Amino acid sequence: MSNNSELLYGNTVVKKMSKNQKKGKPLPSKTIIFLRGMLFPVLLMAVWEAAGIYGFVSETLLPRPSEIFIAFIDLLTAGNLLYHFQVSFLRAIVGFLIGGSLGLLAGLAVGFSSKMEHTLDPTMQMLRTIPTLAVIPLFILWFGFGEVSKVLLIAKGAFFPLYVNAFLGIRSVDGKMFEVARILQFSKWKQITNLIIPSALPNILLGLRLALGAAWLALVAAELMGSSEGIGYLITDARQFSQTTVVFVGIIIFAVFGKVSDSFIRVFERRLLKWQDSFKG
Amino acid sequence: MTLLTINELNKKFISKNGETQALKDIEMTVERGELITIIGPSGCGKSTLLKIIAGLDTEVSGTVTIDGQEVSGPSIDKGFIFQEPRLFPWHTVEKNIAANFSLKNKEVKAEVAALIKLVKLDGFSKSYPRELSGGMAQRAAIARALLRNPKVLLLDEPFGALDAFTRTHMQDALLNIWQENKTTMLFVTHDLDEAIYLGNKVVIMNARPGSIQKVVDINLPYPRKKTDNAFQSYRQQILHEFEKTEQANQPLQAVIGGRPL
Repeated sequence: MSNNSELLYGNTVVKKMSKNQKKGKPLPSKTIIFLRGMLFPVLLMAVWEAAGIYGFVSETLLPRPSEIFIAFIDLLTAGNLLYHFQVSFLRAIVGFLIGGSLGLLAGLAVGFSSKMEHTLDPTMQMLRTIPTLAVIPLFILWFGFGEVSKVLLIAKGAFFPLYVNAFLGIRSVDGKMFEVARILQFSKWKQITNLIIPSALPNILLGLRLALGAAWLALVAAELMGSSEGIGYLITDARQFSQTTVVFVGIIIFAVFGKVSDSFIRVFERRLLKWQDSFKG
Repeated sequence: MTLLTINELNKKFISKNGETQALKDIEMTVERGELITIIGPSGCGKSTLLKIIAGLDTEVSGTVTIDGQEVSGPSIDKGFIFQEPRLFPWHTVEKNIAANFSLKNKEVKAEVAALIKLVKLDGFSKSYPRELSGGMAQRAAIARALLRNPKVLLLDEPFGALDAFTRTHMQDALLNIWQENKTTMLFVTHDLDEAIYLGNKVVIMNARPGSIQKVVDINLPYPRKKTDNAFQSYRQQILHEFEKTEQANQPLQAVIGGRPL
């Protein structure tokens, strides 16, 4: 056969280029992407601050960002903000771990076995539609105002997103790839680790993100229903004394931490799913 | 030496509309080291035949034996190349070829490296499938099958989805691999030129019911030239066979009412 294999075999690389690269522009750096993300909040805060300074809005209803910041520092140094945060964080994590892992396990079980699907899934779908807020009274009756009812409420929130997405992920494995696994004589274990889990992973990670968001939401609901510590308690307590700044501090902490935890999973996602070839905008 | 024997193979598909005879009385023997191409109109059961040999379809009557052993299911001594490469998108080329074997094993690693060289993918071992062109991905799939040292490599229209240039490259690449590795191959295609270019024998199949009409030995040295007179006369001969079956099928088609098989 011919020696000039390069020509004969025509090796070409299909490098995925973003729109910017095609035009010859360099890719936006991390700082630029970060600045783009900051643009809107910073602008909003500037307008807000100015509105407060010129007296367009009431100080008690909408305190200026600088005042909120001062309140934040006060709470951090004099109050025990860190302690309250720790309490909330622990509740969220424990609830998320319990609900999330159970949801993942149930989703995998139902995904792998159609018998399990037939017996479990109808019930799950029914339970899924019950709003978290509707079960609060029941949880209080059963478990009181203590930690158990809060953690369970958070677990309930985290359970279903992972259940649904793990189930969906496993069921969307390409049947053609199963044929390949048969041809290559994969063991049952290899089939799970080399085929099913990797192809279900995008869905499972999405479920993880949604579950984390749901856990966070349930945490707020749980803490607002009555508690003596935690960020939610801080908010309800401040409301009674019309300390709007503290309410804002609480809300912002929820927002920032929610975003941080979501980004944390996104990092995993990017690392684990770097093989994906999808639209990047 | 005979490697593969097919004896009185019959295959029926049963559906709501009744029975369809997909394959009827298939008899075939393949010698070690042969490259046999199977050609026929769509619906003649050539892909079904290949799947039965691979052990992917076992609901048949008759026997397929490889090296004296009856085929009862898929196994790694029967390599299979699908029309699409079917690589695992989450694995690199290297890991795709190794698949269920561990690359930590030095022997596996060395063999994978040798195969990557053989299929001319040097430098792409760490690439993901999305970074490869269609032809490259198909070559990776061939390497994956070859790593298992199959007794027979079954190819189901592997180059059907490729453009004409890449297809020619791939045909030469396959011949190169065949000559270096001496792997027995069964190659299903619907492309007449491809069948004559590659095969030392061309099996002509016939539809309704799927059966072997004729086996033509191609006595041309490799590499072959598609424009040669000898090549063209084989082409005429095989085309003539198809014409004969078409004429024979016409009254039958009228009876069936053009029902696709």
